Order: sequence, then structure tokens, then C-alpha cells
Amino acid sequence: MTILNKYEKNNHKHENRFQFGQQNMWTGLLFGLGVVAFIDEVIFHQLLHWHHFYDKSTANIGLVSDGLFHTFSFFATIGSAFLLADLHRKHGFWLKRWLGGILLGAGAFQLYDGIIQHKFMKLHQIRYNVDILPYDLVWNVLAAILIVVGIVLLIQTNKHMY
Amino acid sequence: MHSHETYTQNISTIVQLILVFPFLISLISYIVAVIYSNRHKKRWSHFRTISWILGHLCVIVTLIGPLAEFTHINFSAHMIGHLLLGMLAPLLIALAAPMTLLLRSIPVKRARLISSIFKNSYFSFVRNPIVASILNVGGLWLLYTTPLFNIMHENSFLFILIHVHIFIAGYLFTIAFIYIDPTPHQLSFVFRSIVLLVAVTAHSILSKHIFAHPPNQVPIEQAELGGMIMYYGGDAIEIGLVYLLFYQWFKRTRSSIYSPETFSN
Repeated sequence: MTILNKYEKNNHKHENRFQFGQQNMWTGLLFGLGVVAFIDEVIFHQLLHWHHFYDKSTANIGLVSDGLFHTFSFFATIGSAFLLADLHRKHGFWLKRWLGGILLGAGAFQLYDGIIQHKFMKLHQIRYNVDILPYDLVWNVLAAILIVVGIVLLIQTNKHMY
Repeated sequence: MHSHETYTQNISTIVQLILVFPFLISLISYIVAVIYSNRHKKRWSHFRTISWILGHLCVIVTLIGPLAEFTHINFSAHMIGHLLLGMLAPLLIALAAPMTLLLRSIPVKRARLISSIFKNSYFSFVRNPIVASILNVGGLWLLYTTPLFNIMHENSFLFILIHVHIFIAGYLFTIAFIYIDPTPHQLSFVFRSIVLLVAVTAHSILSKHIFAHPPNQVPIEQAELGGMIMYYGGDAIEIGLVYLLFYQWFKRTRSSIYSPETFSN
């Protein structure tokens, strides 16, 4: 009886989730993007000191791209937190779809950072004075895995939307 | 020839006093207005009063005293001064809702007159997010990428003008994005978010630019540290601004959600 009540209660909490499928996906996407940028800043810039603040070989477009994504990442983190709160107050939160969004957003940003920003714009490299190839491979393959898992979750939840 | 000297000359005490004086007046007036209006109206929030006092302290320590002296000879200290005067103080002062306090402290007739003045097109022009961003961040680009930075330290009049500009532009910038006081001609959250994103980006690019290209006569280590202070310190204050903007969105959209159908569930 208690279990049934609990189930009904939880179900009630998310009863509107099919209406807000899009918002669940975008909330996750933005959060994933923001979190990856945050991890990048904390681990690779501040703790390991592998990334450089500015290695002065950067093209101007690289500086603009870096600035834009840096700013966008904290906009996305804060914005997605409020969107998440909004989903909860509308009883529209959908964990699986939100997670799918997070993985896709995180993977997409990591791939952009790893291929476009590190390689084409030469913003900075993952690490200096080492053979960079294995680092780049791990970085970008991990990004691709996140994207694939994210897309699978989003497709699975997409079926139930209507 | 100037390489071993500091990049500035001494700014006289008179200049510092001229800059600080209006802030002392406004600090005292606010407190008087709070005490006076509390007798007739409901109690004014302590949070706002504290915010006003802290905002003024940020301004005053930047303009006069030991930190102010140090900002003239050390670029990293100068950047801390910039963060306090141009970003943190305007935010704290905006949070103190000075217009709301002014309007409730004076007779209704005069309050109407003042609010009609603030509704005119000049004020809505300068507090348009795009215009305010150009005045604020554009002004900084001009200051740090041209010889203006050096000229400022040799000319007292320019020194006063630029410091007043930095503060006022910072204040306009803050109230262009978050609405604490009564605001005529409000703009959409999406529009304000996009403009704020671009303005903040321009600010962080400028800090990296300073890191790599020091203004004239600024030693490279000081420029690098100064650029990083501007980048990360700017982030910290901008995160507060973005939080407040989205929080206002969150509160504003609540009414549309709790429609009668939602309650019936």
C-alpha cells in the first residue's frame, strides 16, 4: 500500500513530463555544456596547469570563440539550473531525457573544444612538452562516446513524447 | 627612457577629494532618507541599506586611501580598483534601489515629476542594454588599447572624467539588465540575456588582450596578473549579474504557470 502511494506520488510529480520534452532536453544540453566547461577550467587550467591561460599563438578568431564559450558556459549553467527548477514547479521533470541532453551537450562541447579550438584555432593544447596524440585521441573519443550515448537516450525518450 | 619609472604620476589629494565628495553626500543622504521615510512608511529593508553602504565603501577605497595610492603605481592593483569601482559598487548600489527610496521619501507631486523625467527618451536611450554595454565595455577598450591610459594619469581633469564615467557606465550597465527600481520601457529577458552574453564576452576578451598586450609602460608581469584579475574577478561579479537576471525571469514567469488548471490537479 505504501509502495503504491509512493509510486502514485512520484508519478504525480512528473505527470506533465510529456508536455515538456523539449524543455527537458534543452535544460540538459545547457547544463552539460556548462559543466564540461567548468570541469575544463577547474581540472585542466587550475589544478593540473596543463592548459595555458593564453599561449599567445592563438588566432583572433580563437580568442573570440574562447571568450564566447567561456561566457556562455556560466550563462548555460545558471540558466539551466533555473530551467530545471521551472520544470519541477510545472511537474514536468523527465530524468532520462534530461540526462540524454546533458551527455549530448557535454560531448558536443568537448568535441568542439578538442577539434576546433585546440587544433584549428590553436587556442592552447591539452598539455605542453609531451607527445600530444594520445591526449587528443582520449579527449575526442570520450567526447564521441558521450554524444552517442546522449543521442540514444534522447531517441528513446522521443518515442514517448506524443 | 621611462622603462624604470612607474607609468603614472601622482594624483593630487584634491582630485581624490573631488571624486569622493559626491559619494559621501549620497551615502549620508540615503541613510537620512531611510530614517526619515521609516517613520511614515513600512520599514525599509536592511539588506538594501547594507548594500548601499558596501557599494559606497567599494567606491571610496578605490578613490582615496592606501589602495587608491597603490592603484596609481601598480597595474594589478589598478585592476582590483576597476573591479570595485566599475562592477561591484554599481551592482551593490543598484541592489539598494535608490530610486525607490527617493520616490517614497519625497511628496507625491514631486515624485511624479521625477518619475516623468526618468521616463523621457534620453534615459531610455542610455539604459538600453546595447547602448549601456558600448558605454561600459567600449569605454574600457578605448582606455586600455589607446594611449588614453597614460594621458589619464597626467591630466587631473581627464582622471576625474574617466573615473566618473567608469562608475556611471557600470551603474547604467547594471540597471540595463536587472530591474530593481521601477523601470519604464522594460525589455524582454531573451534580448537582455543575449546582449549581456556579448558584453561579458567583450570584457573577457579585453582581459586576455591586456594579458598579451600591456598598455604603455605597464610591466609585463603586472599586465599578466592584471589581465587575470580582470578575467576571473569579472567572472565572479558577472555570475552574480546573470544569476539575478535569470532569477527575475524565474519569478516573473511563475504567474503564468499557476493558472487555475494547474491548481485543479
